[in-house]
Amino acid sequence: MLSTLHHPPRRLSRFFPANNKPRHFHTKPVLSSSQPVTDQSPSSTSPPESQILSIHHSLLSREVTATQLAETYLSRLKLAEPQLKSFIHVSNNVLKEAQSIDDKIKRNENVGPLAGVLVGVKDNICTVDMPSTAGSRVLENYRPPFDATAVKKVKEFDGIVVGKTNLDEFGMGSTTESSSFQVTANPWDISRVPGGSSGGSAAAVSARQCVVSLGSDTGGSVRQPASFCGVVGLKPTYGRVSRYGLIAYASSLDVIGCFGSSVADTGILLSAISGHDRLDATSSKQEVPDFTSQLISASLLESKPLKGLKVGVIRETLENRVDSGVKSTVLGAVSHLEELGCTLSEVSLPSFSLGLPAYYILASSESSSNLSRYDGVRYGNQAAAEDLNALYGDSRAKGFGSEVKMRILMGTYALSAGYYDAYYKRAQQVRTLIQKSFKTALDENDILISPAAPSAAYKIGEKKNDPLAMYSGDIMTVNVNLAGLPALVLPCGFVEGGPVGLPVGLQMIGAAFDEGKLLKVGHIFEQTLQGCRFVPPLIADGIPQ
Amino acid sequence: MASFLFRTIQSHSFLLCPTTLLRRNNGAFYCSMKSTHTQTATQEKQQPPPKIKSSPQGNQAKTRTLDRISKEYEAIIGIETHVQLSTLTKAFCTCPYNYGAQPNTSVCPICMGLPGALPVVNSKVVEFAVKLGLALNCKLSFNSKFDRKQYFYPDLPKGYQISQFDIPIATGGYLDVDLPVEYGGGHRRFGITRVHMEEDAGKLLHADDGVSYALQVDLNRAGVPLLEIVSEPDMRTGLEAAEYAAELQRLVRYLGVSNGNMQEGSLRCDVNVSIRPVGQSKFGTKVEIKNLNSFSSINRAIDFEIARQALLYSQGKADQIVQETRLWEEGSQKTVTMRKKEGLADYRYFPEPDLPEVILNKEYVDSIQSSLPELPEMKRRRYEEMGLSMQDVLFLANDINVARFFDATIGKGADVKLAANWIMGDIAAHMKNEKLTINEIKLSAAELAELIASIKGATISGKIGKEILFELMAKGGTVNGIIKEKDLVQIVDPSEIEKMVDKVFSENPKQLEQYRGGKTKLQGFFAGQVMKISKGKANPGLLNKILLEKLNAKS
Repeated sequence: MLSTLHHPPRRLSRFFPANNKPRHFHTKPVLSSSQPVTDQSPSSTSPPESQILSIHHSLLSREVTATQLAETYLSRLKLAEPQLKSFIHVSNNVLKEAQSIDDKIKRNENVGPLAGVLVGVKDNICTVDMPSTAGSRVLENYRPPFDATAVKKVKEFDGIVVGKTNLDEFGMGSTTESSSFQVTANPWDISRVPGGSSGGSAAAVSARQCVVSLGSDTGGSVRQPASFCGVVGLKPTYGRVSRYGLIAYASSLDVIGCFGSSVADTGILLSAISGHDRLDATSSKQEVPDFTSQLISASLLESKPLKGLKVGVIRETLENRVDSGVKSTVLGAVSHLEELGCTLSEVSLPSFSLGLPAYYILASSESSSNLSRYDGVRYGNQAAAEDLNALYGDSRAKGFGSEVKMRILMGTYALSAGYYDAYYKRAQQVRTLIQKSFKTALDENDILISPAAPSAAYKIGEKKNDPLAMYSGDIMTVNVNLAGLPALVLPCGFVEGGPVGLPVGLQMIGAAFDEGKLLKVGHIFEQTLQGCRFVPPLIADGIPQ
Repeated sequence: MASFLFRTIQSHSFLLCPTTLLRRNNGAFYCSMKSTHTQTATQEKQQPPPKIKSSPQGNQAKTRTLDRISKEYEAIIGIETHVQLSTLTKAFCTCPYNYGAQPNTSVCPICMGLPGALPVVNSKVVEFAVKLGLALNCKLSFNSKFDRKQYFYPDLPKGYQISQFDIPIATGGYLDVDLPVEYGGGHRRFGITRVHMEEDAGKLLHADDGVSYALQVDLNRAGVPLLEIVSEPDMRTGLEAAEYAAELQRLVRYLGVSNGNMQEGSLRCDVNVSIRPVGQSKFGTKVEIKNLNSFSSINRAIDFEIARQALLYSQGKADQIVQETRLWEEGSQKTVTMRKKEGLADYRYFPEPDLPEVILNKEYVDSIQSSLPELPEMKRRRYEEMGLSMQDVLFLANDINVARFFDATIGKGADVKLAANWIMGDIAAHMKNEKLTINEIKLSAAELAELIASIKGATISGKIGKEILFELMAKGGTVNGIIKEKDLVQIVDPSEIEKMVDKVFSENPKQLEQYRGGKTKLQGFFAGQVMKISKGKANPGLLNKILLEKLNAKS
């Protein structure tokens, strides 16, 4: 079985055991060294390879040590960080953890599939021994006493948490500008936003500051920054990944998602973090398949590898208010899918436009409740005050940023007696409609596609004072959260802008718990896409890979 | 005026009836036989008879006032009860809860409301809710859900309480209550509006060292499961309300879902009281009363409140009865304003997104239904059919452990009435004196049955029986063992008794002469002497018969 990993053509089959328990590989000397550590040399336009597999292979074949790898990544991280500001906190233990993996390999002990893989973790996901601020002053210096389940699983598979990535405060935003601490730049053009709210995680993977990263997606917070930063972003089905340890924004919509520079990496990371968790009552008991088992090496693909796959193009996502460059890039992707053998058709989701207001009502309502706990009483910053009401008022006034306050106010309003029926209840009804229309569309199609965002990355500050413009940018993604479906965003081309153009993401939406299909289609799409290389200029120019 | 009235009644009746302290405790509000509760029961006995009408003689004028109140006004009383469930762990996390533990020693990220922590429902909470719902004859919601009730308070870690709002797990039931015989008795059925599941909040501790004042939060209790039981406004007097609460306590103890201990706050009652002129259909303004720590305080607080409101009505000041929360002050025996309701509090309820719906299925409910124990009402009806007086019925069915003991005793064939008498008499007295529960005394039900049989079968006398009983309660052992060990078998052989009588006669010739001279009162003296020689073992009937024959034969 190891040979399938080491000898081309490589398949990812059975990289993860079926039961999703950490599985360890025996290290044994491998004579053939088939792959370099990082196989994306700047000049190449070859399709992206799995960095995780490559690292795993290199470690086991002892071409490189985990420590060397970690040093490379850390130095790149530090070089890029002054410009990017993707990280709120960088772990002090990376080299120590890398060393312990090297020790294991030296002792011929088993190592997990994420051994030596540096994983960035969005700062609204709890990590023990590291700050977890959710990008908010109210949690400045807060260190949780526990790891989020997703982080725990990453560690069980020998992944190394490299640090905590920047985000919009509590995940509320689409630019990462509403972080209380710093503004993250887009590696493709540092005058532009990386998207959000998982902007730090997307930028960090894009700039190869880490191998993969965890983000969270409540209304598009993984997919939109993936699109802006030219990386692969996966929003799993609601319930696929435990939310335990994810600092809640809107509980019924929040999911932890994955970023990678290839579909395969995203799939491997998803395999690691998926599964039922007894600490999250909303996590699903649905079996976790090996998401990577169907990822076939490009060289093995038939001429029409996606023959018969029914793909629905969501009409409403290509109508007005979509940037023309984005539209034509996505239509190019449509042609590419056709070339791969897919049967394309247009589908209409009549309730699509209702998704945005419904999302903002539901998300704000839930957040107004979820953020009640930040009262300065038990943890976080506490304002000095004369009486209890002032303690609450001042702690929250000083602790929360304006975007968060606005959403708390909106949500409180929507849940108030006399308004509940008009807002919250109606939004729930819209949600049901949206779920039904997706169900119908996905009964007729294998997957649905749309742009990941109506535009490519825009300038820092451009929409800061126009919240409605920023909110409307979420139109492509929020419906998927309302329906709880999985969606994969992967770069499909460029539009003009910045020094070398700006990446555009294609969104593929699947039926519930059908991530495997999305990854399979995404992988073929990515491996067959010609002439595009999604390595940002920040890396291509100067900073060594 | 009203408060003065009640204070007077209170102190007066106490002084008048000190003997109530010593009386057997089978009246109203006798809730438990546990050591800690015995104290309470005693205290409760010190309280005045709870019925306004039964206020002592000598307060004629006041009694008349109270009578007039009850004739002119009707009180409408509803009760909200919070029952703390005796699950091993909290409602949504795996922390245990132990009353009285060091502050913040039984907490975890979930019940502390740390960022990222999520609740997972303890299935026992649902099971207990279904149990109580069925026991209260409610209709169960097969699809219910949890909701968030939102407000800020330092003892509420998440800023919301997980509760149930529009779809409680059980609705529309009733509770049957037998009122105490000494207050006129009678059977009542009180409606139950709803039963829902929720979590408790923490506790605030006020730390004042004289220099600075600090509010401290103990979160041990945060997340402990509660069932809230809302009654229909079916009660009319403080006594009815207190009996409703006592029956609810009995029920949760029978079911084993809670220890029902009011002092520890495991059973908390808030009552709503309004009054209206008799004949009026519109309800008056209701007032909520909190801080009711015993059944008798429920009773007294309500009767106080009725009188307070009636006075305002009669003085034409009905508009001064406002919707508010009042606090019962045990010291001054009155209710005082705690906070006025400024409009309706808006808790912004919405469905708890962290928890799935609570789905029950018929099999599950049926299995719980079939596992329900015999409930207090059923037990009382059964005891009644066995021919016991209502007084006995209420006493025996009051405490599940006593009832079990009684059932076990008669299950061994003991005479029903005799078993009841022994338990309510010497056994209850012993438990009270030693502050023991019936499970803690060393006497087993089987031995009590044996004892009763031994007396009935004349193996031992009643007097010896009593001695054996105390030995059994204190040291354990068996009836037959003690009888053998101490040679206590009753002497029923006439010739043996005759010998003893002859011996007494020969030792007391002077008294014999006096008797035969007409001083027949001396019969008791002879009987006592014979009993003494027999070490109490002589069968009293036989002894008297033989003695009398011999005394009179030679005269």
